[in-house]
Amino acid sequence: MTFWDHLPVLVVIVPLLAGPVCVLVERPRAAWAVALAASWVSFAMAVVLAVQVHASGAISYELGGWEPPWGIEYRIDTLGSYVLLFVTAIAALVMVAAKSSVEREVPEALIARFYAALMLAFAGLAGIVATGDAFNVFVFLEISSLSSYALISMGRDRRALTSAFDYLVMGTIGATFILIGIGFLYMMTGTLNMQDLAERLPEVSETRTVRAGFAFLTVGIGLKLAMFPLHLWLPNAYTYAPSVVTAFLAATATKVAVYVLLRFMLDVFGLDFSLGRMPLEYILLPVGVIGILSASLVAIYQGDVKRLLAYSSVAQIGYMLVGIGLASTTGITGAILHLFNHALMKGALFLALAAVAYRLGSTALHDMKGLGRRMPWTMLAIVVGGLSLVGVPATVGFISKWYLVLAALEQGLWPLALLILLGSVLAVIYIWKLVEVAYLSKPQEGSSEIPVQEAPLSMLAPLWVLVIANIYFGIHTDVSVGLARQAAIVFTGGAG
Amino acid sequence: MISWSPGIFNYLIVVFLMMSGFYVVIAQGNLIKKLVGLGLFQTSVFILYISIGYIAGGQAPIITDEVADYYSSPLPHVLILTAIVVGVATTSVGLALVVRIHEAYGSVEEDEIHARDWADDNALMEAELEVIAADNRAAESGNESKGNDNKGKDNRQADNHSENETTSKEEGMQ
Repeated sequence: MTFWDHLPVLVVIVPLLAGPVCVLVERPRAAWAVALAASWVSFAMAVVLAVQVHASGAISYELGGWEPPWGIEYRIDTLGSYVLLFVTAIAALVMVAAKSSVEREVPEALIARFYAALMLAFAGLAGIVATGDAFNVFVFLEISSLSSYALISMGRDRRALTSAFDYLVMGTIGATFILIGIGFLYMMTGTLNMQDLAERLPEVSETRTVRAGFAFLTVGIGLKLAMFPLHLWLPNAYTYAPSVVTAFLAATATKVAVYVLLRFMLDVFGLDFSLGRMPLEYILLPVGVIGILSASLVAIYQGDVKRLLAYSSVAQIGYMLVGIGLASTTGITGAILHLFNHALMKGALFLALAAVAYRLGSTALHDMKGLGRRMPWTMLAIVVGGLSLVGVPATVGFISKWYLVLAALEQGLWPLALLILLGSVLAVIYIWKLVEVAYLSKPQEGSSEIPVQEAPLSMLAPLWVLVIANIYFGIHTDVSVGLARQAAIVFTGGAG
Repeated sequence: MISWSPGIFNYLIVVFLMMSGFYVVIAQGNLIKKLVGLGLFQTSVFILYISIGYIAGGQAPIITDEVADYYSSPLPHVLILTAIVVGVATTSVGLALVVRIHEAYGSVEEDEIHARDWADDNALMEAELEVIAADNRAAESGNESKGNDNKGKDNRQADNHSENETTSKEEGMQ
């Protein structure tokens, strides 16, 4: 075996080892350098993996040389390589911006440990995507969740602590539900390998144990991805976490949870079981639509921009659930596209807010008066990201919503298509609030003693890479749509 | 050799423990008690996994000269070792958070913490309202006073003049 054959596991192990190294080096700058290097190395490996998968199909890696289904298999297919690519890319970009922001927001004594936790969270997310073993998913999920709790609690406001605690309670219940679900599947099949499970489950799919396992998994993953009624942990956690953490988690953590949902529902259980014999579409569609509308409405009334965007995240997850619930190739293509696109939008928006917080020390709406003139590049990024969130043509948001509306119309569900568009209208309102305050209000007189400057280049550069990606993938859709469609066809078997 | 078969007894215990733990998490306002409930909830799953591995009359899977008819499956036990580690980690992170919360709020009771957050919110809002009220008062007094060193007011007066001019012009045209 050459070095290149070990890439599927190295992409997880490099950040996993970087975590303890960050603690050992102790000095803030050195810890940042380690984290930066590890995330860029992971990104490079994810690029190579994506090229390999594109050239020769899914890669299977036997951990420790034990053959699957006995040993743990790492398996990277089209969707996996796609998700891995954007998770590592976001991590690499966020890490560039992290230095200035973290110095300002996290006490110096904690910085090394902050990067350690960030690396562990990243390793956990990469592991969830790379692994082909159901129990391994649980372990990596807990690695990433536990480190996220620690990261969120490092926010400056003391409410960061209580929101981290709430997230811990809800996240643990979700993870335990997933564990129970996996236990039920193991009980009936005697295997934990996802491919093997997919082969053996149809024989026993009529038993109550498998159905109960399915229900536990759906609710457990629903908690992790902030599915509408289970989203209560998300707004507080995103609002009070350090800005960099919010940018990283918003762009990756919930997306990876959606990936787990896709994996289990469509790959392990199969489309026939999840959406044919079990009424998943009757759950996902209403929950998705209610999520879109209620979270968007709540977002309109928020006075803190971070919280506003957190609610918007809950709404965007609703779109992905609707796409999966439609159960057609177009619908799942739309869901996967939105997964990718929402990571780009929210990555850009929350990084821009990190820049705002860096200069203003606050992300409250009334503190951002007249910011369009003082931080033109940051605000322009927020506007482009916001337009993308609304779904204006020539941005990525348009492409995924287009596919979702198309999928709804394909099945003659025009009220659903209208509701999706209504969600966009609500997004216009909350983005307009931001634009109005930033460009049309006069700067507050009291706060102008220290002139607010543009954010440092180290924050603007990664921010604008994401903003340009928002526009680039909105115009050149071949790559993203092609990959998403290819992944969706694998799930649906080309039907619909 | 164990001849007694547990039947579904273990699973009943699992369900009972799980629901008790879940209830404690939801019903208790004390953060420590919540963690205790969470621990109970997780522990019930450990018993579930261990019960899965048990086969009535099964031997421990150790290779000896004697060959037994049945072996208990060791895999669920190994899996649950990992889950126990995760449980311990969760509890310790949770307790660490409770310590920090106690330092920051001086309480581990949920309702008291919320009350303190509410008080903060109200204080903030009152301060903001006061600022707005002060702004309004300043604006009002500015309008009343006839001082002419205020640039903004000069502009406003200029605007008024031009408006007057346009209206008079319009009148003239009529």
